[in-house]
Amino acid sequence: MLDLATTLTMAAVLAGTPLLLGALGEILTERSGNLNLGVEGMMFMGAITGLLGSFLYEQTMVSAGIEAVGFVSALVALVMSFAAGAFGALLYGFLTITLRANQNVTGLVLTIFGTGFANFFGEYAGLKAGGYVAVSSVTKSAFAPLHIPVLSDLPVLGPLLFEYNWMVYFALVVAIVMAVFLFKTRFGLKLRSVGEDPAAADAAGISVSKYRYLATIIGGGICGTGGMYMSMVTTSGVWVHGCVAGYGWLAVALVIFATWSPVRGVLVAAIFGGLMILRMYISIPGLPIQIYEMLPYLATILVLIITSVRQSRKHAMPAGTGLNYFREDRE
Amino acid sequence: MSETLAVHMEHITKTFGRVYANKDVSLELRQGEILALLGENGSGKTSLVNMLSGIYFPDSGDISVHGNKVTIRSPRDAYNLGIGMIHQHFKLVEVFSAAENIVLGQPGAVAMSRRKNNLEVAQLAQRYGFEIDPAKMVYDMSVSEKQTTEIIKVLYRGADILILDEPTAVLTPHETEKLFAVMRNMKADGKSIIIITHKLGEVLAVSDRVEVLRKGEYVATVNTNETGKSQLTEMMVGRPVSLKIERPHVSPGEVMLEVVDLSCHNSDGLKVLDKVSFTVSGGEILGIAGIAGSGQKELCESIAGLYPAIGGAVLMRSELEDETIMEPVLGLRPDVISKKGISMAFVPEDRLGMGLVGAMDVTDNVMLRSYKNNKGPFVDRKTPRALAERLIEQLAIVASGAGAIVGRLSGGNVQKVLIGREIAQAPTVLIVAYPVRGLDINSSYKIYDLLNEQKKKGVAVVFIGEDLDVLLELSDRLLVLCGGKVSGIVDPRLVTKEEVGLLMVQDVTEASKGATEPPPEQLQMELPLQESTEEYFSESLNTEGNRPA
Repeated sequence: MLDLATTLTMAAVLAGTPLLLGALGEILTERSGNLNLGVEGMMFMGAITGLLGSFLYEQTMVSAGIEAVGFVSALVALVMSFAAGAFGALLYGFLTITLRANQNVTGLVLTIFGTGFANFFGEYAGLKAGGYVAVSSVTKSAFAPLHIPVLSDLPVLGPLLFEYNWMVYFALVVAIVMAVFLFKTRFGLKLRSVGEDPAAADAAGISVSKYRYLATIIGGGICGTGGMYMSMVTTSGVWVHGCVAGYGWLAVALVIFATWSPVRGVLVAAIFGGLMILRMYISIPGLPIQIYEMLPYLATILVLIITSVRQSRKHAMPAGTGLNYFREDRE
Repeated sequence: MSETLAVHMEHITKTFGRVYANKDVSLELRQGEILALLGENGSGKTSLVNMLSGIYFPDSGDISVHGNKVTIRSPRDAYNLGIGMIHQHFKLVEVFSAAENIVLGQPGAVAMSRRKNNLEVAQLAQRYGFEIDPAKMVYDMSVSEKQTTEIIKVLYRGADILILDEPTAVLTPHETEKLFAVMRNMKADGKSIIIITHKLGEVLAVSDRVEVLRKGEYVATVNTNETGKSQLTEMMVGRPVSLKIERPHVSPGEVMLEVVDLSCHNSDGLKVLDKVSFTVSGGEILGIAGIAGSGQKELCESIAGLYPAIGGAVLMRSELEDETIMEPVLGLRPDVISKKGISMAFVPEDRLGMGLVGAMDVTDNVMLRSYKNNKGPFVDRKTPRALAERLIEQLAIVASGAGAIVGRLSGGNVQKVLIGREIAQAPTVLIVAYPVRGLDINSSYKIYDLLNEQKKKGVAVVFIGEDLDVLLELSDRLLVLCGGKVSGIVDPRLVTKEEVGLLMVQDVTEASKGATEPPPEQLQMELPLQESTEEYFSESLNTEGNRPA
């Protein structure tokens, strides 16, 4: 029983990490007042560029006759995926902040664009590579579970806490840094004020556009790294058509579940991760697999119902989210 | 001139599209004075100062601060010049505390300590004599506390030129006095202040000089002690206007509306209406006064069948098949009420939210009230269009025609469409909530005339207002709400504004504990009561058990 709980938790954390990264990116974005529904698209863009980045790095090294280094390859994937997500978010930001286009429509367009972008380049690179794109074992091992001396060898706690791949710890660090930034620093206060009431922030001398651009772009980059997790860890460094498969949408729902708090995001991401892999660990005879696959989405609906019934001022969506700001708008 | 001007705006012009908000307007603010900027709605007062505070950028004209020519491109520029504005719509983040709002956007260490901020704000507040709890969340604050937070925010930024945009619109007379005292303190401290208002009494009470704007243009600047109400009004409106509100004498008819012990909860489960009782007869206007949020909205909405009550009864006179009875209507939907032969009209405070559909034209909005009478799947547009055209003509609504989109009309015209439509239903009970909010003097007086006309027709009118002067002049009886309770029903001909003001703030529950001073029981007894209202007054007090036998 304890074994099952441990393996289930470990699997839940692994499955929840891309959700967490997507949700963290979106939390930062929404805290600035931008409701970017393009998380799925940005994750897709991060997934393909991260994979191709590593793939091309390896190819370059091979043709140059140098041995590829796993650490460098992982770093390339991280930087590329962050840049791709940030680029998608930059497009979104330019449309909504500068041109004041409708946020919902722009976000949906970004999702469609990112999905097409990733699948196109994934297939294209696959054809060029003669079948499919896959990274070598050097890179794969860089994304393998870590083994930390002493800590990983602890009974129960070792595998439960200290035997994940580095992306899991990366996501946790991002969550903690973001929480400290948002709630303990002057800049976090400014960012939250921009998301809550841009007119008040503006009147206090804060540049609404600057904060929205920065938060949206960095948030998009974080979403992109979540996508990279999908292609490098979940599918083990092989490009699979449509690999992000709805994780971006779940991440958007997670933001609501986490009530826009990065730390709560960690917890709910693990819960959602658990729901996604439940069928592999607990099988109820006669229960069709499709029912299991519905679980995360059912939970999302449930969460939406609960959060809209329980209306709390402190845990509500930032009041300015979804609305573009123009100083000379007349009320 | 030996003294330098704190602010000098010269020949400022600002347009929105093709509309002039300001046309060649100048303004001089002397060091250490209080300048009142007076004008009707849409006269460009707020636009003008918004160019000083960096919200708008002028199309042409020059601005000098302390004698130096400046360019103000953003609120940050304005702060750097020592200009701080307290906006009419507070610029506060609702989910932040007072201290967080005050330090927001100010330079300082990256890491912030809540305790240090709170301490700093408390010290500043103490210096100027403000009462404020730095840790209090804005959404828990009263309007007056929010305003205090705004003022401290501006002082924290070291502003020496303060602009207050309609600061008294939301305050009780008592709070207004406190604000004026603070303003005089700040003036003594060497600050220069601009106060925007359209209330003449306040201009005369607090300012040193008055600048009048009309339709975006500069009219004149006069010394306050050399002018009076009638001169200012004439400058503001452009022609002499009688400021007297009529109160035609109509002998009261039958009781049309009776409210007994009505109680309501808000969404947090707190009592917003507590055993409210009163009656209204045909041919009278019952005024309802109270600080904003004392239960006015819930009162009229629960009578109209739009807000759930937890107890009490609402009775309306129903004339169905030559039988006249008082029909209980509480908890019934508006359409069910009208089927019972009761003709009630409700003009809500939120005109374009609850009253009218902004994106539809006048005809369609009129039709909203009548389309249910149609038979068959198609609606009759002819009758409503005729009514819409009649309203536009009779009420002098400025619109291109019955096809004009309501949301694009000015506030006064929107209100006329709404009241006109409701009156056209020939109601026996008419409830109007803040009908002149945001309207200029001319439109306001037109609305008062319309209400008086209904009163003469024998309609029972309930008028919820915010301007005490108007309530005292227009209504036949005045009900004062305080914290959801009736704190008195008085005869407006016999009470003073101050007495009503006291009723507005007195806490009935505290009074029963005998905690406040002076003892409110005495105050109530001193108030002259109209004979016909006395029994309701004493009844409502008896239920509270706080009236000496």
